Amino acid sequence: MELISQSPLLAALLALVGLGAVFGALLGYAAIRFKTEGNPIADQINDILPQTQCGQCGYPGCRPYAEAIANGEAINKCPPGGEAGIQALADLLDVEVIPLDEEHGEEKARAVAYIREDECIGCTKCLQACPVDAILGAAKQMHTVIASECTGCDLCVEPCPVDCIDMLVEQENLRTWHWPLPDANRLRPEIIATDAEPPRDRAA
Amino acid sequence: MRKLFDFHGGIHPAEHKHLSLDGPVTEAGIPPELVLPLAQHIGAAAEPVVAVGDRVLKGQLLAEANGFVSVPLHAPSSGTVTAIEERLIAHPSGHTATCIVLATDGRDEWTTLEPTADYRALEPDALRQRIRNAGIAGMGGAGFPTAVKLSPRPGSQVQTLIINGTECEPYITADDVLMREQAAELMAGVQILRHLLQPAQTLIGVEDNKPEAIAALRAALPAAPGAEIVVFPTKYPSGGEKQLIEILTGKQVPSGGLPLDVGVICQNVGSVAAIHDAVIHGRPLISRITTVTGEAVQHPGNFRVLLGTPMSYLLARTGYRMEKNRRLIMGGPMMGFAVPDASVPIVKTTNCLLAPTEAELPTPPPAQACIRCGLCAQACPASLLPQQLFWFARGKEYDKLEQHNLFDCIECGACSWVCPSNIPLVQYYRASKAEVLQLRRDNERAEHARLRFEARQERLAREEAEKLAKRAARKQAAEMRARATVQGSEPVEDPIQAAIDRAKAKKAAQQAGADNPAGELEKLEKAVVTTRARLDTATSKLEQARAEGSDLVEALQAGVEKTRTKLAAAEAALQNFQQANTSVPAAAAAVDPAEAAIQKALQSRQAEAQLSPEDKTRDQLGKLEQRLEKSRARLADSRDSGEDPKIIDALEATVTRLEEKRAALLAELPAPEDA
Repeated sequence: MELISQSPLLAALLALVGLGAVFGALLGYAAIRFKTEGNPIADQINDILPQTQCGQCGYPGCRPYAEAIANGEAINKCPPGGEAGIQALADLLDVEVIPLDEEHGEEKARAVAYIREDECIGCTKCLQACPVDAILGAAKQMHTVIASECTGCDLCVEPCPVDCIDMLVEQENLRTWHWPLPDANRLRPEIIATDAEPPRDRAA
Repeated sequence: MRKLFDFHGGIHPAEHKHLSLDGPVTEAGIPPELVLPLAQHIGAAAEPVVAVGDRVLKGQLLAEANGFVSVPLHAPSSGTVTAIEERLIAHPSGHTATCIVLATDGRDEWTTLEPTADYRALEPDALRQRIRNAGIAGMGGAGFPTAVKLSPRPGSQVQTLIINGTECEPYITADDVLMREQAAELMAGVQILRHLLQPAQTLIGVEDNKPEAIAALRAALPAAPGAEIVVFPTKYPSGGEKQLIEILTGKQVPSGGLPLDVGVICQNVGSVAAIHDAVIHGRPLISRITTVTGEAVQHPGNFRVLLGTPMSYLLARTGYRMEKNRRLIMGGPMMGFAVPDASVPIVKTTNCLLAPTEAELPTPPPAQACIRCGLCAQACPASLLPQQLFWFARGKEYDKLEQHNLFDCIECGACSWVCPSNIPLVQYYRASKAEVLQLRRDNERAEHARLRFEARQERLAREEAEKLAKRAARKQAAEMRARATVQGSEPVEDPIQAAIDRAKAKKAAQQAGADNPAGELEKLEKAVVTTRARLDTATSKLEQARAEGSDLVEALQAGVEKTRTKLAAAEAALQNFQQANTSVPAAAAAVDPAEAAIQKALQSRQAEAQLSPEDKTRDQLGKLEQRLEKSRARLADSRDSGEDPKIIDALEATVTRLEEKRAALLAELPAPEDA
């Protein structure tokens, strides 16, 4: 005690070491107590990815690609996500927006697999390829795609030995139609709320 | 005098209502063909209950409601169903929709109706069911199923029933004439609703630009004690549900909420009149009042039109000048839309057909840059920030749009109307709303796909783990048994070991049987037959696969090849065996002495130095014998070492050939034994 009171340097040193030890212990405890499971960034990235599970990025599914992005992989390898997906990823990760990597395919309209049922031989190869179990069937029985579950990933097309799977692009109909964004560069915009161009020139 | 409130913003566009207010409501008549879309309302399309060729009576059910948020559809006149097909409908997309097409017979025969003598005796649910069965959907323009709107959540109390007679949009006068001509029915309808909902107060809201309608309502008011007519200044869009509620009660419907959240239910006057018809007379909704107006029609006015009447039929009755009209609009100039074609049918929500001339409703000049004047924010009845929304919509910043309450936009078009730069603001919001909804749906689908993907991964992992566990269990069991046998004071009866033993015993027996030529021959013959049968099936399968173009062709081909080789081997073995058993043993018995004799003879002949052709043959035969011996040894070697079956086959063939040759030579020899 006397030693400490007599040498202020030692006192300061001890105080600092003591504080360091206390805070270190606190931080160490917090690191264990509040440990986050998994990689939260990868989770957020995974939420942005379109979950088609198509593997066009070169990874076996969206989750592995999300983890790869979290570890520094390029963000432009997801064609189904398209430009909008890259934009969202760039916003999340605060990186530059880069154009889609053509090597991994191009952005296509959403499609749904359709099995031409007469031609199906029931080989179950597409069943095994489907990443979301959207194909129903059994060996030597005709298979069919559950359209509402299909992500349009194309993975079933290649394994089909008789090439009976078509990717049908979803046609616009009354239910899927919606008003388009006005064209900012258009010379002749619409009148007040009574939009849609006249179908043909009535004056003619 | 009731205290009136005001809502934020609003505009005062030119009304042009006088155009269509000259005469009374005229019957539009029965067109030769009625086209009835199955979805004239918000919600699921109705399900047809008639077939093509059926004759139907006026008011007969054509299609029934499909789910809770849906309404049925009835025949507007008697006739025959000629088709149920895709037809162009009044929709801005220009897409087709499933319609029931009815060829009218002009007789206009009613089906049997079920009027209600006293609706007060009916349970609220039965009353609602009647309204629903009549196919009534909001007639003000939105088309929301009325019965659904009249089904408040259990526990919520309706404080105020508001009857909307505002009709704030320019040009339209359908509700105005309805209030003038059918005030009594309207009041009766109000009474029905009051009975159904038991509201504390009932307000009939009318703008002050409809004095005749107000007078007619006042005259009929004694029929609906407890109801109150509230007249308020004209301003667009005071007919919007939320705006009208604010004007009459001062309450604001919360963002994303329903009027019922503030204890209010709103009904359009057209819907109320339809409810009256449905409950009192049992008449379903088969016609409506539609305003036909605009300067491109010579005789504008209001018409009672059967649903499904082609717009062109109605326009033909009004002196429509197509050449003057650039676009035909369903609805008003603010919220209506251009229809793709004049042949599209009138539906439950068609309150107005507007055929303006270019001078009347000109094409606006191109949009210019936003000058931040703020007029749009002043005009917005929903108190939004249209400028901000505009920027976000252009930048497709959907989360910011939502944060700025895009979904509270009622798409009234007031912002576009006031914009000095002619920016089509409301079009941006409308498109963005749809885009946001689309994104939400996509996200839901992505989430769903992710869950399914993860479930599949989990399943695969589980199956793999199960397989591994099984394998480990088997291994462990085998080890246990091995240990037991080694320690084995009492060796456990092991089925596998027993099977192996049995197999060994069988093999031994077979080997033993090989000494028995008859048994061996039989075995070989059997092998040939079974292999041939296998080859046949394999070949036919291959043919089939080829015909189907299956990917199995290659595998099958390989299988056929293999079977063929096996067959060849079996046949060769059989042949071999047969020869060995017929010629060889006999020869073997004879050859050795013969050979000795030959050698002897050769020696003696050589000794005699006398070489006859016979001797040459003998010489050849001797060499042949040697080669044969070698080949046989080689074959035995190959068989033992289990070489490629092809090599064995080749060797067997060689042996056979040599044997044949030897047989020939032997035949040539004049019985050496005799020598």
